[in-house]
Amino acid sequence: MAYRVNISQTDSDSESDFEDMGGSKPGQGTFRFIREPAASTQRCPESLQMDNFRECTGANREDLPFTASGHMRDETLDTGQRKSLQRHHWSAATLKVLSSMPSRTAGINAVIPKYARDSSQQPQTSSHDSSHHSKSIQADFVQEEMEEISAEENKYEQLVSNLRGLSVSEAMRKLRATPLSLADKMRVRRLAFRDVDESSFISRNIACYRRLGLYISRTWRHCLFSCLSVLASLQLWHSPMKILSGRFGTGVLSYFLFLRTLLLFNLFLFTINGLFLVFPQAVNPPPHDLHSNNFTGLELLTGTGYLSQSVMFYGFYTNTTLTTCRAVNATKTADLPICDPLQPQMVPYSIPAAYLFTIAISFFIICIILVYSMSKSFGRSFQVLKSNRNLAGNIFCIWDFKVSKNTSVRLQSEKISTQLKELMSELTSGEDAKSYTQRLCRLMVHVLAWVICLISIVLSAMAVHYLSEACITQSPFKDTELLLLPAVVSAINLLLPGLFNLCTWVENYDSPSVCVYVSIFRNLMLKVSLVGVLCFRWLGRIAVEPESHGLQCWENCVGQELYRLLLMDFVFTVLYTFLGEFLWRLFFKQVLRRNRKPVFDIARNVLELIYGQTLTWLGVLFAPLLPAVQIIKLFVLFYMKKSSLLLNCQASRQPWRASQMTTLFVSLLFFPSYLGAAVSVTYTIWTIKPSTECGPFRNLTTMFHSGKLWVQQLESSNTLLFWLSWAYDFLVENPLFLFVVNGVFLIVIYVHSQVVDGQRRIVSRLQKQIENEGKDKKFLITNLQALFERSSLVSPYR
Amino acid sequence: MGNKQTIFTAQQLDSYQDCTYFTRKEILRLFDRYRDLAPQLVPLDYTCQPDVKLPYELIGSMPELKDNPFRQRIAEVFSDDGEGNMTLDDFLDMFSVLSEMAPRDLKAYYAFKIYDFNNDDFLCKSDLEKTLNKLTRNELTEDEVRMVCEKVIDESDLDNDGRLSLEDFQTMIVRAPDFLSTFHIRI
Repeated sequence: MAYRVNISQTDSDSESDFEDMGGSKPGQGTFRFIREPAASTQRCPESLQMDNFRECTGANREDLPFTASGHMRDETLDTGQRKSLQRHHWSAATLKVLSSMPSRTAGINAVIPKYARDSSQQPQTSSHDSSHHSKSIQADFVQEEMEEISAEENKYEQLVSNLRGLSVSEAMRKLRATPLSLADKMRVRRLAFRDVDESSFISRNIACYRRLGLYISRTWRHCLFSCLSVLASLQLWHSPMKILSGRFGTGVLSYFLFLRTLLLFNLFLFTINGLFLVFPQAVNPPPHDLHSNNFTGLELLTGTGYLSQSVMFYGFYTNTTLTTCRAVNATKTADLPICDPLQPQMVPYSIPAAYLFTIAISFFIICIILVYSMSKSFGRSFQVLKSNRNLAGNIFCIWDFKVSKNTSVRLQSEKISTQLKELMSELTSGEDAKSYTQRLCRLMVHVLAWVICLISIVLSAMAVHYLSEACITQSPFKDTELLLLPAVVSAINLLLPGLFNLCTWVENYDSPSVCVYVSIFRNLMLKVSLVGVLCFRWLGRIAVEPESHGLQCWENCVGQELYRLLLMDFVFTVLYTFLGEFLWRLFFKQVLRRNRKPVFDIARNVLELIYGQTLTWLGVLFAPLLPAVQIIKLFVLFYMKKSSLLLNCQASRQPWRASQMTTLFVSLLFFPSYLGAAVSVTYTIWTIKPSTECGPFRNLTTMFHSGKLWVQQLESSNTLLFWLSWAYDFLVENPLFLFVVNGVFLIVIYVHSQVVDGQRRIVSRLQKQIENEGKDKKFLITNLQALFERSSLVSPYR
Repeated sequence: MGNKQTIFTAQQLDSYQDCTYFTRKEILRLFDRYRDLAPQLVPLDYTCQPDVKLPYELIGSMPELKDNPFRQRIAEVFSDDGEGNMTLDDFLDMFSVLSEMAPRDLKAYYAFKIYDFNNDDFLCKSDLEKTLNKLTRNELTEDEVRMVCEKVIDESDLDNDGRLSLEDFQTMIVRAPDFLSTFHIRI
């Protein structure tokens, strides 16, 4: 008795849920999808069934309500089969009740896709069995179907009306994310946007200004889409990347995507520098003395001689203001015509100010882009619920659909089965109970490996330092000796990571991801220390006392060193790729007679890219065309790495978690690389005295000073801009303001982190609640079923 | 705006653009790929919306799908008749959902449908076993397969009925951030 009431309650609840559907949450980003429970599509027969239950007379199980609808009888016959599939051996009636629970039948805005419609028709074929109630039930079923179809039409209309309530772009976004077939989506779109697409010129009810507004918005939308499609079609290297991902999977692809991102950054830097800095100065070159004009090929590599006087380096730029005409009594620019106040003139273009502001603004924009992409990538890879072993998720996400080559597909299957086998063995045998001595042994090995790595890093940093000191004391620099320091740095960068890989191989970490993180960390430490030592050399030694080293133009020298470092790095990478990987494969094949090709070390290559980008960012202040060199280098690197991969390497057998690794790489690009470069550049601009004889900042105390001078100049020529200098004095020069701003940022970050912490705690609590509810449900259903079975065997029903 | 093409009307292209994650250019490129599968069956003029369906064998022979163990399920899920024979709309729909820009929930929905071999809107044990066997090319023993399936159901069956519903699947996918990058075909 009691539970008849319960069931009809569920019944009415589920119906009301369907009514609820229309009016809810247009602002929600995602649709929750209705599926009709496959085991039952009928909502009425619950009450029908219970009625029959009451009417049944026999104590025989066969005559129980379950026979009222032949559907049920078939299900009891099939229980045997189903038993093997279900864990808890619920009876058919229980299953029916379970599948019409509110949590299963409630949905919000979506329309039932036709798959559910098709599948829901399957059990109905078994329902038309003969039983003495079948006719009335059939009629009900037919009525059910019609109700269903009209309910579907209702849902279509609800979807359409929901879409109409939103703005066009929001509605389009929602429509695209709905799980309907394309034909249905187009139908819904036609219904929803009938009025917007029709030419509204014809209708006289629309006011004139609204007509114009609609016309403008439509043409703007068309323009925007065509522009976006042009930009999207600039998909550089689309087909090579497809071939690579088809053969090697997502991990290797992420390296090439990263390379492409860096290329775009450098392209951006190059365009900005080119437009605002290089082009104006190149068009008005300064007079240069022709004492070094014999052009040998070595100069391309060392950056001295002819190149040092070119637009490539800092020394080329002058501290003049470019104008097209001159004032009446100006003597320096005697070759320009005298300014005629009546004729239009070019705005005087101050090269020092342009230099300072171009560099500053491009760094600022890059900072914003990096933070944005970091946060987006972090958001995508963030794991909401902490799960130690998400086997289920792993199984469904493990198959990389991009892999298309036959051998790679087979390799992938092997990889998956190995992983699963390892997991199963771990589960069955439990954690390896390592003995005390074994654990101690492993600890010793780890400590030893770390000590070796750290010592090697420190030694190499010291070597570079001493070499640099030796080079400094022994000036003037000869041409070939200039290449010694970059060669040593690149050689260290090439060989030491090999040592680190050897150490991790010996250490034999349990989990492959820990192994990857450890090797990335060691590699990163090496590069950070090398770049740090070099920065000290440039900013701490060369820049501080340039005259004692016989340098007229220390910025030129630093720029040239960075140029050489970049090129040497490229040369060594080429050598390693061609000789290293190729020879390795030959060695394995001929000497060891094994067909094992080397594996592409993604982490190491990505760190190489980040190192190169750091050098570029450091050098942009001293050599504005350095991004161009980096662009050429990245371009060639792409094709080289691609061909080397396809010829020499094979796919890795270790799983590679692409999205988390991409987040890590973007964060590494931001945190040590970009921030380090930005800090060095800021330090240079703010504190170091520029050289007196070359460059746009000669005769100033700091490079930053030129900005102030320019603002003062503007103010004097145009008194309306006094607020600019006031703002400059108050905001930029005042340390208190900067402290306050920083303090506010830190507070905001702290508040956000506390909020995230609290949300995480709530999420874990809710998860526990869900688990408890599941247990409750299971308990109730088991007991109700037991009760039902007992009462069905014992009591009569009249 | 741009080049003149006579395959689709402007409204059709707009409508495709709005309903898929592709741009005009990509839609035309996909049409070329579709046509390349059977140039004699697919007309060059879609303005009158011809009713052309390519049989599953042609779809399954595409290089992107040829070696994928789930290609038959993918074709069945996205085809109108449930047998894998696809019209151009189905073809576009399939690659749109499998493209980079499709959101997680949409992909999770279709992934659920793909792994649901018996089309009963639940991932029951037999579905999981079939999935595992396709993933590992039948390399695991029966015991291992059974163990893995039980563990999977244990972990993610939130409402305790012995099989995974769409909600369970979506909750599980939220915890696996790699899903977006693996459930993706480049075309």
